[in-house]
Amino acid sequence: MVKKSAQRIYLSLIFLFLYLPILVLMVLSFNDSKTRVQWGGFTLKWYQNLFSSSSIMEAFWTTLAISLASALISTLLGMLAALGIDAMRKRNQAVMIGATNIPLLNADIVTGLSMMLLFVRFTRLGMGTVLIAHITFNIPYVILNVLPKLKQSSRTAYEAALDLGATPLYAFFKIVWPQIRPGVFSGFLMAMTMSLDDFSITYFTKGAGIHTLSTMIYTEMRKGIRPEMYALSTILFLLALALLLFMNFGPSARKAETRQ
Amino acid sequence: MKLKKIMLCLLAGLFLSVPFAGCGSKSSENTLTVLDYGKYLDPEAIEMFEEETGITVDYEEYITPENMYTKYRAGAIDYDLICTSDYMIEKLIQEEEVLELDYGNIPLSENIDPVYFDFSKSFDPENKYTIPYFFGTVGILYNKDMVDESKVDSWKILWDEDYSGQIIMADSVRDSFMVALKILGYSLNTTDEAELKEAQDLLLKQKPLVYSYLVDEAQDEMISENAAMAVVYSGEAGYALEFNDKLAFSVPEEGSNMWIDSWFIPKSAKHKENAEKFLDFLCREDISMMNFDYVYYATPNKKTKASLDLELQENSTIFPPAEILNNCEVLKPLDDEVTMKINLLWKEVKAAD
Amino acid sequence: MCNLKRQLLAGPYLLWMAGFILLPVIMIFYYAFTTTSGHFTLLNISSIFASIHLKSLLLSLKLALICTGVCLLLSYPLAMILNGMKEKSQGFIVFIFILPMWMNFMLRILAWKLLLSNNGVINTLLEALGLPGLDILNTPSAVVFCMVYDFLPFMILPIYNAMSRIEDDILEAARDLGAGTVTIFFKIIVPLTMPGVVSGITMVFVPALTSFAISDLLGGGKVLLIGNVIEQAFMQEYNWNLGSGLSLVLMVFVIASMALMSAKGEEGGAGVW
Repeated sequence: MVKKSAQRIYLSLIFLFLYLPILVLMVLSFNDSKTRVQWGGFTLKWYQNLFSSSSIMEAFWTTLAISLASALISTLLGMLAALGIDAMRKRNQAVMIGATNIPLLNADIVTGLSMMLLFVRFTRLGMGTVLIAHITFNIPYVILNVLPKLKQSSRTAYEAALDLGATPLYAFFKIVWPQIRPGVFSGFLMAMTMSLDDFSITYFTKGAGIHTLSTMIYTEMRKGIRPEMYALSTILFLLALALLLFMNFGPSARKAETRQ
Repeated sequence: MKLKKIMLCLLAGLFLSVPFAGCGSKSSENTLTVLDYGKYLDPEAIEMFEEETGITVDYEEYITPENMYTKYRAGAIDYDLICTSDYMIEKLIQEEEVLELDYGNIPLSENIDPVYFDFSKSFDPENKYTIPYFFGTVGILYNKDMVDESKVDSWKILWDEDYSGQIIMADSVRDSFMVALKILGYSLNTTDEAELKEAQDLLLKQKPLVYSYLVDEAQDEMISENAAMAVVYSGEAGYALEFNDKLAFSVPEEGSNMWIDSWFIPKSAKHKENAEKFLDFLCREDISMMNFDYVYYATPNKKTKASLDLELQENSTIFPPAEILNNCEVLKPLDDEVTMKINLLWKEVKAAD
Repeated sequence: MCNLKRQLLAGPYLLWMAGFILLPVIMIFYYAFTTTSGHFTLLNISSIFASIHLKSLLLSLKLALICTGVCLLLSYPLAMILNGMKEKSQGFIVFIFILPMWMNFMLRILAWKLLLSNNGVINTLLEALGLPGLDILNTPSAVVFCMVYDFLPFMILPIYNAMSRIEDDILEAARDLGAGTVTIFFKIIVPLTMPGVVSGITMVFVPALTSFAISDLLGGGKVLLIGNVIEQAFMQEYNWNLGSGLSLVLMVFVIASMALMSAKGEEGGAGVW
């Protein structure tokens, strides 16, 4: 009994630690004062202003577009790469995995800067350069998510299907795909999350007038953040929370569980 | 086999081309790329300009003048119009990176008080490159309840051990060396190694007393009374005073730095005409007023100033009076060697225990 | 034959890597070994031995080690508790730790700054309780604190993952053979979760070692980490050669320490999620 409650307390403390700042930001989004350090009463005006603030909304759409596009493309590339790597000999596999780890191991700042050096030399900075950079640092997350699932999946079933005359594509969708799907899915989500949260790499590779929410916050940081930003973050967070709850407790989640 | 290879190559090519597709198309259009300090221009004004002229504005921000220099020099973006501080403009003029303005295209520049064009002569001797945007001084923002007011007329209070852990120092090379050099009675543009070293010693001595080194966040820390005093730009002090009436501002008697942030058109400009249109627009009384409300720094626009409340016009924190300005020096660019030296000295201060 | 064809699927990725990972790294090498005028030099690399640079590297190392240690200490028991809860869905727990990331990390750090400041919520609360204030803002402690906050999920998840893969049969077999709780923990659980621990350490240590934004925001300009030195060289001093040189040193440093780590754990970075 004591052990149980000790565990509970420990868990709650960790969650408090993780979610306390988020609570603070939510409170700030209702603060009727232009500076974040004073409480000026409850207001909803930042939520109203938010939708008419074209710069914030534009940054929001840019962020969303970049993270969706980069997550999609990197999931596709990463999945193909994982399939390819899985088919390689042990030795080549190790090399490939090692190389895949480079962007993960490299400091964000070094990845961002090295790309900036490249882009500056060969092209102009713009939206495209941000997208390329995001895809590059997202791919490893996808590969590292899919590869273990491939390793767990049995090769024999796939080969048996081929022997029985199935086309590789058909065999892939019938046999391999269901087994790696969770990995692909979590890889996609990881990629998207990383892309949403990225600052350093975007900061170094973006062109003029292009803002993601992160870079916008960074430039505003010094002179006080527009409270609309807190409102937007709160909305985004609640949306993500709702999505998460739905995925885990919604109808489709239950079906998946029973199947397991 | 072969077919697959070709397919793969095509696929790869497709991936490579998709992101680039968005890049090239924009450059030739009717646009204007502006580089400015963070939060230094009302976004609504930009929207108005876009509506009135049909020119699309790409607005990019930076934090410090050094940061701006890097962004410009990187050459990855062709800026049409840049706003930055005096000494950095002078550096760029010396490097022949600045285009002459055609004041004929900027008729409203006559709204700017000629006094400030005179001040600008310190970095733009013939007044042919720049238009002043905002100006001010550097001083001490302090909390009347926490600080002995008889001492704030000297920078030395920032070395007073009674306020250990309550002092916010400027997080920029030139500003913090300015404070130390002024105490020592030297010019803030000194290139003398011994004088700079002396200033560094002073800053090292101060470090244990410092609560934090900040640039613009200092105003928030002061409003929330986390510190007793801070080295800030006059405009920020004016802003902070609005939120907490325990705060006050003083420009020490040893003298200080007067800064002028101005607009110029860099050599990289691809849309000079648009840039001049935008400059004219910024000098317009209503737009200048919007920006004053937004930024709250001293405006050199005489029409705007005249239409403010009398109380605000006489606010000596926002609009430094002449006797204070005359006791101030304008920063000059340092040559590369001295810049490296002073950067190193500053890094040593920052890294010290 | 079929294998070879499948290997080709990695083709686009290889091309991409060559273009956007390898080439940029080559650029770093190029800048690191040249002067502004393009001549070969070793000065950018050797400048890591300049006293300030060495000092900031050592400080970064120290903070990163503390951060990794604290994360490990916090995460291991947590993973055990989570594992013992017989959770309904593993995905749920993973997402709970990823979810905070949907709020921009700089805003979250800013929130900590508000919470920790002299007149912030935490200190006001402590004062009301008659406890001494927490005076850590603008010190290395605050930087470590926020690093732990930011990177904790990267430690919890791989350890939890590894732990949830341990099959109950093994534990039962051990118990049947008379092993006590302590023996089971040290002889079975710890060795089997080692790969997860190694991944976790990698995922925390590297970003902690190279971070610059956290120290920028919470160090009050008094905590100069190697990341800050590099960022300043690039963005403030317009000295890309120096910045590249130091980046290269940092890169070698990271890869070396990771090679050391993965020599201990078998699978290294794989199987993180």
